[in-house]
Formats: sequence, structure tokens, C-alpha cells
Amino acid sequence: MSNEVNPAKAPRWTLWLPLALFLGFVVLVAAGLMHPRDTDIDSQMIGKPLPAFSLRAASDGRDGLSTSDFRQGKPHLLNIFASWCVPCGVEAPVLAQLQRQGAIIDGIAIRDHKADLNAFLAKNGNPYQKIGADDVSAVQLAIGSSGVPETFVIDGKGIIRYQHIGDIRYEEIPMMMQKLKDAES
Amino acid sequence: MIRAAVCALALVAAPVVALADDTMPPAPYAYRQLDDPVKEAKAQKLMETLRCLVCQSQSIADSDAPIAGDMRNQVRLRINAGEDPEAIRQWLIQRYGDYVSYAPRVTASTWPLFAVPGGLIVVAAAVMRRRLAKRKNA
Repeated sequence: MSNEVNPAKAPRWTLWLPLALFLGFVVLVAAGLMHPRDTDIDSQMIGKPLPAFSLRAASDGRDGLSTSDFRQGKPHLLNIFASWCVPCGVEAPVLAQLQRQGAIIDGIAIRDHKADLNAFLAKNGNPYQKIGADDVSAVQLAIGSSGVPETFVIDGKGIIRYQHIGDIRYEEIPMMMQKLKDAES
Repeated sequence: MIRAAVCALALVAAPVVALADDTMPPAPYAYRQLDDPVKEAKAQKLMETLRCLVCQSQSIADSDAPIAGDMRNQVRLRINAGEDPEAIRQWLIQRYGDYVSYAPRVTASTWPLFAVPGGLIVVAAAVMRRRLAKRKNA
């Protein structure tokens, strides 16, 4: 191995190295632009039991919510939402449709005022069986949820089986019903 | 024309969406320090190494997002109750994965980050030894 590397004697192909590097960066940036990084933070609580909680009633029309409500033998959807959350309003008719198809839906309202929530439910409909109020996001943190809306599938023994991040779209209704069915076994 | 109208509408509607946030007062310990300065220092140290869930590159100590406030509230309450800071970090990692912690861990996917610098030092030492040996011979 020679230690006297003379730049003038470097092989010809090295001339193309900077261009190749540059093109490499261009490809990297283009790939990043075309497939933006997934910024969802998945809950690591799938397959684990729902943490213990007991929340007061968030609205006038529905009871509060506690962990024992999920151990009644039937799978539930647990919708994390809030009246101040715009996509939650968009999601409301989808939840209503899920309820019509037989889904049992419970809600946890994050940092919400009772009056605001009552108005939200009056305007968008109320597909919830029970709604608990989580004023300091304590249950939200305990189940590994990082935003609203999110919907968890909880099986009849209170085990978290699936997490859906963001509002459920109409085309995702069959998928969610399937997840509920899967949670029966 | 319709497209222009939609664009204009989107411009008008966008700030409304951006303002969509809760109006609840912050959690009790979101912006209030613990009375015990030793415990507060512990909490602060931990909060600076916990990552905000919605503002991707801020610690919860730096963020004004409501959920970051709620996380600070929880950290301070737990520290005040005598919980170990690392136990709180583990509790959060169990829920959100390594994402939530700024303190790097050696795992199956991160070990090269720790191994490569060590390897580089070894290689550099070997190269230097060779060169110095050559110089001595010359």
C-alpha cells in the first residue's frame, strides 16, 4: 500500500464521484418527498389489558366509563375524541354507521367541557354507550394514544386488540367490523 | 373559477382548523413547579429527555401542546409521590415505544450507533500505528 496518494494520479472514475454523490442525495430527497415518513406513533399496548381507570360522566346523557365496562364478554370500540377536534366531527357519521351495524361504542372525551360536549353530541349524533371524561389525558397516556381521534378495539376480557389512528373513513367500516369480530375469539 | 373559490375557502377555513384546540385550563402541574426543589429538579431532568407526542422534535419540557402539559403534570405528580424517574420513563416506553424517550438505549436496531465509533477508534489507532512505525523506519 502506497502512502503517497497523489491527487493527480487518482483513477479517472473518481472524477465522477461528486456527481454520483449528488445524484444519490437527489434520489434520497425525492424518495422522501414521494413517501413521507409515517409520523403516527403506534401504541405498544396491543395485546395488553386496558389499564385501570374510572372516569366521571363527560356528558349529560351518558354514564361515565371505567375499565370494568369492558370486561362484560363482548368486544367494544373505544373512541378517543373531543368536541374541539375537527376530524372527530367528520368521523361522527361513520361511528353512527358502525353502531347501526352492531358495534358497541364507548367514548373517552379528552380535555372537554360538558356543555361543549353536549352541543357536539346534539349536532353530530351520539353513537356512544358511555362517555368518560379524561381532563388531564391520563387514560389517553395510559393506553398509549397520542391524539384525537383514535379508536381502540377492546375484547370482552378487557384486552386491547387493535388501534386505529385518525378518523375512521367510510371505506374502513368493514375492516373495523372485522376487527371487532376477530376480537370475539 | 370553482377551483379558485375552493382555494379561497380553504385559505379562510385553514386558520379555523389550526385553532381547533381545547379550552380547558392546563393540568395542575403542567406549568407549576413542585414545592420541593430537589423533586422539581428530578422532574425537570426527566421532562427534558421525554419527547412530546405531537410536536415531533420538542421535549415535553419545551412544548406548550396540551398533551405535553398533561405529561408534565403526570411526571411531576409521580415524582412527588416518590416514583423513580427511570421507572416513569419505562412506563412511557411501554406505551409509546422508544419514540417517547430522548435517552438512547442499546437495542437490536441501535447497537451499531454505539459500536461504530468504537470501531472507528480502533481503525484510526491501527492506521496511526502503521504510519508512525513507517516514519521511524524512514
